[in-house]
Amino acid sequence: MHTLPQQLANGLILGSMYGLIAIGYTMVYGIVQLINFAHGEIFMTGGFGALTTYLILPDGISMWIALPLMLIGGGLVAVLIAVGAERFAYRPLRGAPRLAPLITAIGLSLALQQAVFNWYPDAENPRVFPTLPGGAFDITDNLKIQSGELFVLIAAPVCMASLAFFVRTSRTGRAMQATAQDPDTAQLMGIDTNRIIVIAFAIGGFFAAVAGVAYGFRVGSVTYDMGFVAGLKAFTAAVLGGIGNIYGAMLGGLVLGLAEGLATAYIADIPGMDQFGGQGWASVWAFILLILVLLFRPQGLLGERVADRA
Amino acid sequence: MIVRHRSLLILTTVLTTGALTLTACGSRDDKGSDGDKGGGNTTVVIGVDAPLTGQNSATGLGIKSGVEIAVKDANDKKLVPGVTFKVKALDDKALPPTGQQNASELVANKDVLGVVGPLNSGVAQTMQKVFAAANLVEISPSNTAPELTQGKNWVSGDKTRPFKTYFRTAITDEVQGGFSADYVYKTLKKKKVFVVDDKQTYGAGLAGIFAKKYKEAGGKVVGTDHVNVGDKDFATLVTKVKNSGAELLYYGGQYDESQVLTKQLKDAGAKIPLMGGDGMFTPTYIKTAGKAAEGDLVTSVGVPVDTLPAAKEFIDKYKSGGYKGDYGTYGGYSYDAATAIIKAIGNVVKDGKVPADARQKVVDEVQKISFEGIAGPVGFDEYGDTKNKTLTLYQATKGEWKSVKTG
Repeated sequence: MHTLPQQLANGLILGSMYGLIAIGYTMVYGIVQLINFAHGEIFMTGGFGALTTYLILPDGISMWIALPLMLIGGGLVAVLIAVGAERFAYRPLRGAPRLAPLITAIGLSLALQQAVFNWYPDAENPRVFPTLPGGAFDITDNLKIQSGELFVLIAAPVCMASLAFFVRTSRTGRAMQATAQDPDTAQLMGIDTNRIIVIAFAIGGFFAAVAGVAYGFRVGSVTYDMGFVAGLKAFTAAVLGGIGNIYGAMLGGLVLGLAEGLATAYIADIPGMDQFGGQGWASVWAFILLILVLLFRPQGLLGERVADRA
Repeated sequence: MIVRHRSLLILTTVLTTGALTLTACGSRDDKGSDGDKGGGNTTVVIGVDAPLTGQNSATGLGIKSGVEIAVKDANDKKLVPGVTFKVKALDDKALPPTGQQNASELVANKDVLGVVGPLNSGVAQTMQKVFAAANLVEISPSNTAPELTQGKNWVSGDKTRPFKTYFRTAITDEVQGGFSADYVYKTLKKKKVFVVDDKQTYGAGLAGIFAKKYKEAGGKVVGTDHVNVGDKDFATLVTKVKNSGAELLYYGGQYDESQVLTKQLKDAGAKIPLMGGDGMFTPTYIKTAGKAAEGDLVTSVGVPVDTLPAAKEFIDKYKSGGYKGDYGTYGGYSYDAATAIIKAIGNVVKDGKVPADARQKVVDEVQKISFEGIAGPVGFDEYGDTKNKTLTLYQATKGEWKSVKTG
């Protein structure tokens, strides 16, 4: 088991990324009960936005200057697309039956993917993403963390803590809680619910962009279709943690990432199970975990009030 | 209300999962093909099936472009008097079911007298039968799985050819896997390897043959694993490989996954080379993996295309014509495959008159064909395999694939 520390770290890193994306799903669901399936693509455009920013910057610029600018650039693109989607695709359907915005979300997901594929230069092939300086940090003999991975390990908790602080203490945050609880009453109390919804989309978009940058550092390239699987896994994480609950999204992401990592690494070592281990089975174990959680705790790990309103 | 809400969430999940799966299979228009200038009045279509978008598309587009150049040359030189050739290229996205649909579409088009493709052995398996039923000749420039020509029981030496209409200009993995295993054990003197494949017909087949031949040579396989097509995050696998003490990682599969795998492997501090087959032999691999690709090895079919005098002209045309994709991997073999079909058609179609049983006659002619192609001699044995059994080993050196050994 001398690989355990490394495999735990691998799982945590993957899970932090899932969690960051999952927050976008869960916030939007919590407030407008919409599963925004275009969110995976917003994550993808965030990655491409950051890459574009990097390419615009002069060659040989220090990554310590480039990184914040990439986050701003990627974040800007992702937030604009998320808010634009809300304004032009979802808001006109606010009163419509719930299937209508859902189908719109799927359409938007396809449209964004195809748009990047067709219009981003050379998007048919993976676009190489810059790397952070400094190779791997040797924590111990059995534990190595890449500088790019360190980024998500720091960024995810920071994002999460600031979001929690914002929702709990700020005026807008409390307005968000109120809107999530009861949009009609919140509006009667003078809360501009449209503004709150836009803010939810914007925060989700920004977090997705951070995850997009983290993905770029970790994998080394971004592709037009990277949002599909990542989006699906993040949605799973959101449901796992209890959709609608922002802490649940982060927890769900971590649990999912760890489950995937550990199952991939160790299932094959159990006698008689060597057929079912390895990289190829990672998603299978992740979804088995989801099924088990939904069987025994349908509201998700931290979910509370999925069913109190319809 | 509670029930309605929850069931809506479940419905939503099921519906969207299904719908999103379909996004991977939605069809894109192929942009049509040029190369229809020429003096003939009868039009004959050469079909192409390869991945033109997404996974494997860099090498797939190389196949399409290779055929387009062959067809343009045939039209310009009026190789078959009275006939103008056209290319109909279909995108299979490296998906077997899509390949089968494309095969049916090509069969239904009466002007199609031959098809070049597909790229993936797994896709070929679904297409062979469709073409055989229609007596339509199919030449793949890249399929390497032995069972495609030698039947399911080829391992035990009981070789039977399953489809008379299927040919290939590529060499089987039996030869390729053995060549690699021999090189790793005897020349590189690496005694421990880790073997990974992508569970596809080509990747799993090649990796399996490599592992078998390597063990026979005396080497030790310290671990095996499988990845999914489309995987991008290999952290767990890389940790396993690193701790296994392997001196080389052999990967059976395409460049899409391995270019990411090699980068993550080197990042994690495992300074061992990654080795693979023809599916990885493309400049895209080195471009994406960057410095991490340095020292990695691939084997590919034939001698290096750019060392052949006949190929120079082809490469010039490829570069000056603005053709997409990578010519180095299968471009030359696609050109030769298309030329084989064109020459066969030339023996069947006289003065622009296409006989009623033209497709069957083209199959017979292709079986007999023998000429000097741009990537070496072209001719097929009794199984439909190429008679040219040369392989070359390349190593990534200073950002390029440099040939190390031909044999």
